[in-house]
Amino acid sequence: MSLEGHLVLALLEGLVSSLVVALTALGLSLVFGVMRIVNVAHGEFFMLGAVITWYVSTAAGSFLPALIVAPLAVGALALVINRVVLRPIRYDPAATIVATIGLLYIIQQLVLTIYGPYARPVVPPFYFRVDLPWFGYSGYKLVVAGVAALLLVATWLLVTKTTLGLYMRATQQDRETALAFGVPVDRIYASAFALGAVLAALAGVLVVPEQQAHYLMGLDALLLSFMVVIIGGLGSLPGTVAAAFLIGMTDGVVSVFFSPTLARIIASGLVALVLVWRSGGLFGDAAA
Amino acid sequence: MTGQRGRPVLALHVAVVLLLLGLQFVVSPFQHGMLARIMVLAAFAVGYNVLLGYTGLMSLGHAMFFAAGMYATGLTVFYVGAGPVDGFLIGLGAGVVLSAAMGLIVLRTTGVSFLIVTMMFAQVFYLTTLYFNRITGGDQGLILTGHLHPLRLGALQLPFADPAVKYNVALAVFGLCFLLSLWLTASPAGRVLVAVRENEDRTTMLGFNTFTYKLLALVISGGISGMAGSAYTLLFSYVGSSFASILYSIYPLLWTLVGGSGTTIGPLVGTALMTYVVDITSGVTPGYLIVVGVVLVVIILKFPSGIVGGIRARWLPWLP
Repeated sequence: MSLEGHLVLALLEGLVSSLVVALTALGLSLVFGVMRIVNVAHGEFFMLGAVITWYVSTAAGSFLPALIVAPLAVGALALVINRVVLRPIRYDPAATIVATIGLLYIIQQLVLTIYGPYARPVVPPFYFRVDLPWFGYSGYKLVVAGVAALLLVATWLLVTKTTLGLYMRATQQDRETALAFGVPVDRIYASAFALGAVLAALAGVLVVPEQQAHYLMGLDALLLSFMVVIIGGLGSLPGTVAAAFLIGMTDGVVSVFFSPTLARIIASGLVALVLVWRSGGLFGDAAA
Repeated sequence: MTGQRGRPVLALHVAVVLLLLGLQFVVSPFQHGMLARIMVLAAFAVGYNVLLGYTGLMSLGHAMFFAAGMYATGLTVFYVGAGPVDGFLIGLGAGVVLSAAMGLIVLRTTGVSFLIVTMMFAQVFYLTTLYFNRITGGDQGLILTGHLHPLRLGALQLPFADPAVKYNVALAVFGLCFLLSLWLTASPAGRVLVAVRENEDRTTMLGFNTFTYKLLALVISGGISGMAGSAYTLLFSYVGSSFASILYSIYPLLWTLVGGSGTTIGPLVGTALMTYVVDITSGVTPGYLIVVGVVLVVIILKFPSGIVGGIRARWLPWLP
């Protein structure tokens, strides 16, 4: 394949992974923005989305029911976690990190015990090839990119145009004042946490026909989301999407030409330095 | 630690070390090996506790200091044929140098940012050990058996494969770190660290350069962690990238929280308890790390001060 072909492939791969990463990271960013907590177990919601998809599509013989079942199940789990773990510790930032590390291991190891250590494939709901001058590309991947883009737009509309979104933004800007104006902050926290989990689960559902479901897949998703959220500015939604593209495209291009490990080393180091010198991220405001 | 309160505190800590010294003559061979491992890992937790318990900085990247000591020692022994004492000093040096360099960067952040930045840098370290797998052995690691010379004390030849040597070297390393942390808590610098933990702004107002004190704490913490990593390599003849992974940043946090962060004895209690719990569960289920998760959640929800912290609050207010 020519250099040109390689580059087009890298950009396509980058585009698809950017959109999926944006979806996962948007969930993390939303939770951080509204609740001011870092959810270390966020990647496990992504993994659960993928694993539940395997169970549902095996039982039902079709992929599509998983698109409804998995996000609902993960969202319900998030509501329980919020009620049983996060609210009792009053969303204290450091305590939340320790507690969600604990949840990470609980979820991951339960999946290992029940689902097993296998990487299992899920048959895509349809299969077609898009023929390009250099190579044939999976049509499913392009559909995934489209669905992820739609979900991003839907989340943006939810946050900017609905009452729930208004309440979320009010809580994000000033919790005390929002409370004084009658915003049910407790319920908004629960909704934001569940919505964040649903977004991660949806990303998991979408990628599983391409990646296979495995109990350890959450950690990579978590680290990538961290990078995106930090570069994009903690809690800033447009910044998150822009950063997902920056990181997804760079990762796609660099991984095609160089070693993926080297790409990750450079990316992790740069992200840490960004957080040290610009705590608001490259795009975001100086909040947090 | 002056006057009346000083003597029972020192006596208690010496008694803990003597108890560990005596235990080797009564326990079974299996427990003997287990205790040697626990003591080295407890030294790691003691180092972590200097930063979390006495300075109030929660790091999620201590695996890099432990692994720095481990790789510095392991690689010099494996490739250069360094002796155990030289290897150990190089491991300690690696921990000190890495933590000083890291400190200059990461101490510009606080709170949640500090956690994430330390985690990211540890991830860089971990991936680097994988990337250079031709040298480091990557996931597979390197086995030092055959490369490691016995420890020479005068005319004595002490091979590390001998369980008694293993146990007593582990005890010496742990005892050193343990008493160092006790001395630190009683020293004027240690008092300033606690002041930073309780209220950093006020400590700055009192005229202390808090950055220097935090850097000091991080270097002591990283140095002890590097020492523990180095000792682990010497005693168990192995270097591998799994010790640089995020799990080994979470373990010292777990051990310290379980035992009681901000107590000198807590890290030993937490490490011993959790090593046994993890060891027993790993025989029952492949998903044994679930106990790590459950214990972390329960500790945060119900017992935030840990075992020794709880004992101190209820019965022994003089515990350091």
